[in-house]
Amino acid sequence: MEKEKRLTKKEIFSMFIRSNFLLGSFNFERVQAMGYCYVMIPAIKKLYGPGAKRNEALQRHLEWFNTHPWLTAPIFGVTAAMEEEMANNKGIDGKAISGMKIGLMGPIAGVGDPIFWGTIRPVLAALGASLALGGNIAGPLLFFFLLNAIRLSTKYYGLKYGYVKGMEILQDLAGNRIQKLTEGASILGLFVMGALVSKWTTINIPIVVSRIKDESGKVDVQTVQNVLDSIMPGALPLGLTLLVAWMLRKGVNPLLIICGIFVIGILGYWAGFLA
Amino acid sequence: MSSLQIILLLIIAAITGIASVLDEGQTHRPLVACTLVGLVLGDLKTGIILGGTLELMALGWMNVGLAMAPDTAIASVISTILVITADQGIGEGIAVAVALAAAGQALTIFVRTITVFFIHRADQYAKAGNIKGIEIMHITAMVFQALRVMIPTLIVALISVSAVQAFLGNIPDVITKGLQIGGGIIVVVGYAMVINMMNIPYLKPFFYIGFLLAAFTDFNLVGFGALGLCLALLYQQVMQKQSAHGAVAAASDSGSVAVYDDDDDDLDA
Repeated sequence: MEKEKRLTKKEIFSMFIRSNFLLGSFNFERVQAMGYCYVMIPAIKKLYGPGAKRNEALQRHLEWFNTHPWLTAPIFGVTAAMEEEMANNKGIDGKAISGMKIGLMGPIAGVGDPIFWGTIRPVLAALGASLALGGNIAGPLLFFFLLNAIRLSTKYYGLKYGYVKGMEILQDLAGNRIQKLTEGASILGLFVMGALVSKWTTINIPIVVSRIKDESGKVDVQTVQNVLDSIMPGALPLGLTLLVAWMLRKGVNPLLIICGIFVIGILGYWAGFLA
Repeated sequence: MSSLQIILLLIIAAITGIASVLDEGQTHRPLVACTLVGLVLGDLKTGIILGGTLELMALGWMNVGLAMAPDTAIASVISTILVITADQGIGEGIAVAVALAAAGQALTIFVRTITVFFIHRADQYAKAGNIKGIEIMHITAMVFQALRVMIPTLIVALISVSAVQAFLGNIPDVITKGLQIGGGIIVVVGYAMVINMMNIPYLKPFFYIGFLLAAFTDFNLVGFGALGLCLALLYQQVMQKQSAHGAVAAASDSGSVAVYDDDDDDLDA
């Protein structure tokens, strides 16, 4: 009997390196399809000799695919494990592999977007930017190295996890694990966003409401902003954020909103109600 | 600008141009891209400050699903070149960056449409078992994304400094100051996008808790991150206990098992 075909550390590592270029051929027809195939190539090469089976495998991974780029790692692992089983005739067919990819795509994007785009990147970016505003090189360095350490370990261990677990990953994802993970990520994300809205938005309305001269002759100037801050610091950014969120949900183009805010900024400075 | 500097700038343009489509190493974020350009042009500090300013504006610009974020790569690289070589202020930098981000977004959509042609070629290669062919198609698509930023960068690097100065100097003060003010407000668009992405109504209170704590305390962002993590864990533990209690209650209701409950937690009644 023929020896079983197995993927080695070499192929897995090569897939890990290639997965850093997953989105390179992002396109509007099949999105990450070519990138997915590109990452799978080391495994396909190892498992199938030249011929019909190899060509079928290549075509299989050129199908429409789109999810969070960093968290694709476990999906690569699972599909590599499934391809391995298929190459050894263990009763898995191409449809099962495609089905697995499609099935994992949605839940994975649902976890990855709030964790990475919604929480970790904005938090590290805001932290880095607040240092950078003072010209401190630690800002960009902190952002770049910390984020990439998180990214690379997610990708590497995610890939290994997916490959080792194989189809069993479905049992891990069954029940409410994915939902709990999404929920936890959303709590963290929303909480930090709330803080960012209050602390990292600058709106200043310098219109003077009162000028009171005290006995020593000092003039105490109260602006609209002072009054607002004494009631609730950050109230304006909060209101504006909720307004913009509502507008976006109604389908207003974000670039239009951005331009609108710049127009308000220019008019506000010109008319003296913003500074 | 020396020719060595121009070559280095083109390399940065290529790396960031590819990075903005890959969304992996994040070198296309202003915080990194502006710093690199500043380093090459010998004015690291201006690069870092402009990078921080633009980063805050772009905090919530992200690629989700098929939606394309405004292009921070082209905006960061070119605006930093202009600000440093023509000796302009941060306000001028923002003005240029905003226009470029929108233009770059159109350019990247254009390139991503061209890539459709490459994937059809890849289909042919797959049928024929030509692995090299698929790899070349994938890499060619990346080369186009690199050119997307390299070509405009080269043009800007070759324009004479006095012409740039004349152009930027003609932008009236009210525009640059206004844009700077707008830049401070613009972050709310990013926040709003993130909030919409996590639109789970029963979790909204966490957003307001974060807001209130930030308004009345002096925690920094690391503190908020850690506190948020604790809250998320706590919430899930409480929810888990509650559902476990529900199961126990149901079991003892049926009278089949008697469970000794030594749980002294009063909160989850």
